[in-house]
Amino acid sequence: MSGARVRAGVVEGRDHGPVHATCEVIARRREGAYWLVSFAAREIAERAQPGQFVQIAVEAPETLLRRPFSIARVTRTGAFAGTVDVVFDAHGPGTRWLTTIDLHDVIDVIGPLGTPFPLPQRRVNCLLVGGGYGAAPLYYLAEMLLRQGLRVDMINGAATGERIMGAIEAKRLSASVTFTTEDGSLGRTGRVTDVIDEVLDSSGAGVVYACGPNPMLRAVSERCAARRVPVQVAVEERMGCGIGVCFTCVVPVAGRDGHVRNKRACVDGPVFNGARIDWDRWGVPGVPDVPAAHGGPDGPDRPDGPADAPSPPPGAQPDAGQRERGDDPLWGRA
Amino acid sequence: MIPAEELRARRRQDGAAEAGPAAGEGSPSPEANPPHPADAAATQVAAIDPGAVQLDTRLAGIGLPNPITSASGCFSSGAEIERFHDVADLGAVVVKSITLEPRDGLPTPRMAETPSGMLNAIGLQNPGVEAWVANDLPWLRERGARVIASVAGNSVEDFRQVARILTAVGGDTIVAIEVNLSCPNVEERGLVFACSAPDSAEVVRAVSGEAHVPVLAKLTSDVTDIVAIARAVVAAGADGLTLINTLLGMAIDPDTGHPQLANTYGGLSGPAIRPVAVRNVHQVHSALPEVPILGCGGARTVTDVVQFLRAGASAVAVGTATFVDPFVTARLATDLRRWCADRGIADLGALIGATRPR
Repeated sequence: MSGARVRAGVVEGRDHGPVHATCEVIARRREGAYWLVSFAAREIAERAQPGQFVQIAVEAPETLLRRPFSIARVTRTGAFAGTVDVVFDAHGPGTRWLTTIDLHDVIDVIGPLGTPFPLPQRRVNCLLVGGGYGAAPLYYLAEMLLRQGLRVDMINGAATGERIMGAIEAKRLSASVTFTTEDGSLGRTGRVTDVIDEVLDSSGAGVVYACGPNPMLRAVSERCAARRVPVQVAVEERMGCGIGVCFTCVVPVAGRDGHVRNKRACVDGPVFNGARIDWDRWGVPGVPDVPAAHGGPDGPDRPDGPADAPSPPPGAQPDAGQRERGDDPLWGRA
Repeated sequence: MIPAEELRARRRQDGAAEAGPAAGEGSPSPEANPPHPADAAATQVAAIDPGAVQLDTRLAGIGLPNPITSASGCFSSGAEIERFHDVADLGAVVVKSITLEPRDGLPTPRMAETPSGMLNAIGLQNPGVEAWVANDLPWLRERGARVIASVAGNSVEDFRQVARILTAVGGDTIVAIEVNLSCPNVEERGLVFACSAPDSAEVVRAVSGEAHVPVLAKLTSDVTDIVAIARAVVAAGADGLTLINTLLGMAIDPDTGHPQLANTYGGLSGPAIRPVAVRNVHQVHSALPEVPILGCGGARTVTDVVQFLRAGASAVAVGTATFVDPFVTARLATDLRRWCADRGIADLGALIGATRPR
């Protein structure tokens, strides 16, 4: 992907759906234990919705594939006419490379990709559960829910206080926020699942959104399923292309017929109904084995970057994720 | 069979006739032996207008508007890429392999990145021929795409049935069938068809017996003698060859000792395998110059495409590069036109098989 790509603002694509764009980097800084990179991308910013992701070309040695990054925030106005923020943990060669870019460097981005979080179509209190940097897209989601006049409560957990992402923003956006850390350095000692029942009760939440490590998503989904609370989760799975053609990032999800099929996290997800994911078949450990909520088992060999929050662009193959969601009057199109 | 020398001579004449204007329009040369077009390419004749370059090619009797196709398993059936650009602009869309029954594929992890490449073990996840015919084929037809349908199976009978179903409904949309021989043969202890000349030939015979369109046999380089397999499938009725499929590989997590793929082994693709693919194309083309070849393996840039053409491919399938850039197939056609124009090559045919001895 190296070579003649130097000019920012070159955009390829249609007037809807994902585009391929060269983007000027306008911010790069630490965010607690994580990194934030912000880049100018008018079309992506205009089209993105919470839960979607971008694929960024990295120039680290011996890498070939792009890296997926959940969209943490977009601005659609201002000096750059549209910017996109991504927040990530530098735990592989690709993400480490992204921490070394300079302001005004040009990066090569495809997005927005994947399914967004569906927004409720009736009045319901919303509980947002984030683990580690997985909390990033939830703030963006919270803003949209608040704009609809809905109550938002949050649970934000990580291994340590430093790995809690956006504590101030969480307080600003939610009616209540409960922090959990495994070392007790911030908020309650423990994991998000230790407090979820309590917060579901106190918030009166009728829907749960979660983003974070897969074991956390499993635990949250199982609690919600047991309590019959609808739950939407943005999953992480190793991605190849991020655009739906390589079939690397599959997740076993039950369809309306109850039959479990492998769905692609990049186009059918990354947002799925958590109650329909077959966690055992996927190999995601249950509650007793839940590792620390900061990226857990992601080794340095895995294509780094949060393989989390992706969207199904218009014109994509009709897929079960959207159709199934459409059956439930709770969900409209985000 | 036409001797290689004669073919080369014929191509030289054809190429020269077509490349004539570039070599000196309006000044008919009295020379009996006009310059070899490959020489023209090498010696930098005057550039021509890119619009004047004929990019169309023939592959096993199929006319393609340009020589760039997708590679099977790297493009799904096109709808995902259509979000970015018109898939009908490709020379042809080679779709993800279709099996008789729906397949859910292998467990994850299915992919591991390697230097300049990647390993994959997907397990031919696909909706099955019935659903493909119901959903994907009409979609492709509506868009006016030329489709090369890749078929796969675990037995000769599987292949035959899929080919029969596709032939019944293919119409003008399915322009060729590609036989994915890199499938385990359940009747032969799971040995991959492509590793056995007789097994490959049997599958190709079965598919050719059903098909009303040209049949391309996709071969693997993981064999002792690819030319022998090529001869066997051509004798069994293959109208052309796709060279090559992925190379079998493995990556191990150094700390845990676990294979990085759930399937342990997987297919290596990407720029890492390109020299192997170019060698295979050249080797087979040298031995069987009359057999049309769809070159495949790690092509990403216009010069990669030119290498495949010079090695003897009539068209080039682009696979892993699409994972990084969904526009790559469209871009390569444009780049190839410019590359040819800059070198005064008016007809793509002048490049096909145009290698010169050192």
